[in-house]
Amino acid sequence: MNCDQSLLELYADGELDAARVLELEQHLRECPACAATLARLQSLQKTLRKEEHYFPAPAALRSRVLESLRDEVGDPTPRKAWNWSRPGFFTASGLAAACLAALLTVVFTQPSSRQMLEREVVASHIRSLMASHALDVVSTDQHTVKPWFDGKLDFSPPVRDLTPQGFPLLGGRLDYLKGHPVAAIVCQRRKHVINLFIWPDSGADVSPTLLSALEGYNVVHWSRGGMVFWAVSDVAEGELLSFAKTWESPETEAR
Amino acid sequence: MLPHLDAAYNLARWLSGNEQDAQDVTQESMLRAFKFFRSFRGENARAWLLTVVRNTFYTWLRQNRPPEVLELGDEAMEIEDVSCHADTLTQRLADVEAVRHAIESLPVEFREIIILREMEGFGYKEIAALTELPIGTVMSRLSRARKHLQKRLGDEFNPGGRP
Repeated sequence: MNCDQSLLELYADGELDAARVLELEQHLRECPACAATLARLQSLQKTLRKEEHYFPAPAALRSRVLESLRDEVGDPTPRKAWNWSRPGFFTASGLAAACLAALLTVVFTQPSSRQMLEREVVASHIRSLMASHALDVVSTDQHTVKPWFDGKLDFSPPVRDLTPQGFPLLGGRLDYLKGHPVAAIVCQRRKHVINLFIWPDSGADVSPTLLSALEGYNVVHWSRGGMVFWAVSDVAEGELLSFAKTWESPETEAR
Repeated sequence: MLPHLDAAYNLARWLSGNEQDAQDVTQESMLRAFKFFRSFRGENARAWLLTVVRNTFYTWLRQNRPPEVLELGDEAMEIEDVSCHADTLTQRLADVEAVRHAIESLPVEFREIIILREMEGFGYKEIAALTELPIGTVMSRLSRARKHLQKRLGDEFNPGGRP
């Protein structure tokens, strides 16, 4: 093998295929000049990757971004032009900002795996309706449904009866998502079935977020207290979101 | 929260060269990204956001800077001889300001490749997709940028004393 600077760069960038890696490593053992060139290259890389050369976003910018995105969500009319000198004030209510941040976390962290999961959740919902296998335990009593899961899952899903709020409990079912058994709580809204899938997850709390509809089904996702929740139904998106918020509201929890 | 905001700002900061412009470019990019998120079909949200940052930056550049800045082609980058003979390589590398100035001395189309490769850790293919450049151009710009940095940071850094 001849000395070749471009091969050294490919090697340092991890872009060299395995066969040529072996060849080059052999060459490096025999060629001090190339070994020295590589060492300088790697030293430069190491330097450029140092944290002190990375500019983290200033806190004021973070606030400004949240604020302007909040305006955007609240005000659907398009802005006429960019205003580069727009002053930034962080006057957002903490809650709105937190909701937005949570939404963006969901949106920007792992959209592809989230989309895959959404498909899986919707497919499960459809299956439960097709196979007349919506319920393993039929009960409108949360104190019957909750203990039923004991011993069938390695976690204890929260079960609530939202009959007073117009979402009567029908029962529960074991389901299987992401390669794990999960709890499916089945509720009703008039003639519509709502499947609420619950499983534990160590991620941060996320407020109820309406995802884009799939196959005509609306999907709302949130997480809270180490559990993730996915609600799927053909009810209107506003109603599903209200179901999620009712489920999460402190009054309901206190019951 | 806003997990890729730092990456967006870092790229905008290195491209624009100052804090205020970087903040404006970042904010506009986040807003655009948020508006157009439904059109995102890719795998990597960070790469996608940085594409938005980059496009926003170049739009901003056309509006705010004299056009000749954009005229620098691949051949335009002169490797200036500004080497420091007295300093050792180690000292120069440890000098945050020296490294920062060296990166800033790169023309913007070389600088962005260095940021994407070394600071964001993207591979050649990802950088090519992000910048809409042929992969060969990415590789040659990366190589030239590195030679420039090595030259700039001292002769000791330069393989065999020759580029």
